[in-house]
Amino acid sequence: MGKTLFDKIWDAHVVKTLEDGQSLLYIDLHLVHEVTSPQAFAGLRMAGRSVRQPNATFATMDHNIPTDNPYDVRDQIAKKQIDTLIENCREFGVQLADLDSPHQGIVHVIGPELGLTVPGKTIVCGDSHTSTHGAFGALAFGIGTSEVEHVLATQCLWQTRPKTLRIQLEGSLAPGVTSKDVILALIAKYGVNFGTGHVIEFAGSLIPTLTMEQRMTICNMSIEAGARAGLMAPDDTTIAYVKDRPHAPRGEQWEQAVALWRELKSDDDAVFDRDIVFDVTQLSPQVTWGTNPGMGADVNGTVPDPATAPTPVEQRALAAALEYMGLEPGTKITDIPVQHVFIGSCTNARIEDLRLAASVVRGRKVANGVRALVVPGSKQVKRQAESEGLHEIFLAAGFEWREPGCSMCLGMNPDIIPAGERCASTSNRNFEGRQGRGARTHLVSPAMAAAAALAGRFVDVREFAGVHQGGVAHGAAR
Amino acid sequence: MEPLVKHKGRVALLSRVNVDTDQIIPKQFLKRIERDGFGEFLFFDWRYLSSGEPNPDFELNAERAQGASILLADANFGCGSSREHAVWALSDYGFRVVIAPSFADIFFNNCFKNGVLPVVIPQDVRDELAASYAAEAWDAITVDLENQVLVTDHGLSVPFDVDPHKKHMLLNGLDDIGLTLQFDEEISGYEARRQVYQLTY
Ligand code: SF4
Repeated sequence: MGKTLFDKIWDAHVVKTLEDGQSLLYIDLHLVHEVTSPQAFAGLRMAGRSVRQPNATFATMDHNIPTDNPYDVRDQIAKKQIDTLIENCREFGVQLADLDSPHQGIVHVIGPELGLTVPGKTIVCGDSHTSTHGAFGALAFGIGTSEVEHVLATQCLWQTRPKTLRIQLEGSLAPGVTSKDVILALIAKYGVNFGTGHVIEFAGSLIPTLTMEQRMTICNMSIEAGARAGLMAPDDTTIAYVKDRPHAPRGEQWEQAVALWRELKSDDDAVFDRDIVFDVTQLSPQVTWGTNPGMGADVNGTVPDPATAPTPVEQRALAAALEYMGLEPGTKITDIPVQHVFIGSCTNARIEDLRLAASVVRGRKVANGVRALVVPGSKQVKRQAESEGLHEIFLAAGFEWREPGCSMCLGMNPDIIPAGERCASTSNRNFEGRQGRGARTHLVSPAMAAAAALAGRFVDVREFAGVHQGGVAHGAAR
Repeated sequence: MEPLVKHKGRVALLSRVNVDTDQIIPKQFLKRIERDGFGEFLFFDWRYLSSGEPNPDFELNAERAQGASILLADANFGCGSSREHAVWALSDYGFRVVIAPSFADIFFNNCFKNGVLPVVIPQDVRDELAASYAAEAWDAITVDLENQVLVTDHGLSVPFDVDPHKKHMLLNGLDDIGLTLQFDEEISGYEARRQVYQLTY
């Protein structure tokens, strides 16, 4: 029997397997941020341990950083966390992209950007959206703080072998429909825990047509399906993206690495524990209406009626979601007004996302009463966008143009949504209170967020001129 | 870590599906750099009204749930963010066992690292337990990890599965890092044969 892509990466990283089935897995790259690491470093210090591979460990600060003036951290506890990270990195010899670094940004944006993320690696971070890096054919997953400490001390993790699930994404996307819509539609169809206990391999005819950034958006949200990780086999697009990045292999090592990466794909006769085929051809832009990422609909759809849910528990959950969201069953998605628009986060704050949003915004104005923010995912994204003049398009339309960070994705910094107000957000979670207590989050693609900012309500971005010529989603992304 | 062999405790019932870690411990409380002191913020947005008063409708504020150390939850408990703070908050509040039909993976792992036992039982058994608890047939459960069974104080016993490795660690209160360091030679051996792409340049 052949091996899956997952099997190949897993098998190549097993240091030791115990009789009880636990495997000690070697970790090639450990990404660190300020929120989930302080207790781990404190544990090391208490036990008199050191960081086993400082060179394989890379830290940044993103969650707590104010994005208007990153240096002006007024929240004293947030400041303490940031200062603690600086101290810890200095003491333990860990590389840190601090606020002065040209590389600072959201951890899942800078890993790929710096060539730290490459195919075949095992990558962990104390952050669930580590799944993002799976787009490169790396086995990447989020861990808790105790595990962060474990990896710092040993460069390994105890793991039970997960199951495998292949999702074949077939067909091509209509203009105006993006990879964000693919993953939102997939979770809306199968639910927020269909991936639990599994590593998902995304395959099928759609993947080769996607850029790396579009692929990352899908893998980023595989955790919202409950999956342990999302994976995509590396191909020419992957290899071209990685080439010449600062921390990627070079020269002879590069040639050797590429030869090995070519082997990283599921064998034709590989067997998966589960298999799903999902046709993307008919997809429309998606908008979530509820309080988990699976509660979503087509932009031309309506808010569902809790009475139609199959079980009493689900009926209650649905009714509670609608109450929190302040929505009536049957409301047309396009009748939902928004007061805030957030274009940012590790899901959709890369250069192609900003180009896409800018292509919708160009020459138009943000609707009255809407506050709209663009928060680039990293300093590098910001520099690139500014060199292309994208910031001018946003500023002229009435958007705020911010410094990199997680920003409104989770409201652990000053960027929060007031209770009862609505936000069209390109982030990945619409949980109760995620963007601020009582805040109402609707997840959308960057194109849909941009369109909502202009209209002051959700609209089908395909109705905007220019979308049909060349296609916003793909034309602008190249 | 404190071992968990047999634990008897009062039960609190939380009949909500897909409870995410943002609800268990909202992010405004993640900024501490210590591991303790999170219990008072557990389920903060549900537990307290905007006025700061306890929310009388929230399950954990019920009279019967006071002093509970076992949480009877529902499907996909602990989904969302990887924050271990969620487990620290549950444990600091006093919970040592969480029972549910299913858990999110990262949360499930984090429990074991902190001496909290997540017990998976079938959905129908969970619903039956929830119904008899609500009907006040019983108040407490004894969880016997050694024999992998939980028994309500009205005598209903429910067997459960647990990963043998995790069980061993929890029964003995063992620290993962200590265990791993016994394999230092194997790790060094592995490091010596890493492929070019596994290194950072
Ligand atoms: S952008 Fe949001 S999801 Fe991504 S790492 Fe930051 S807080 Fe987490």
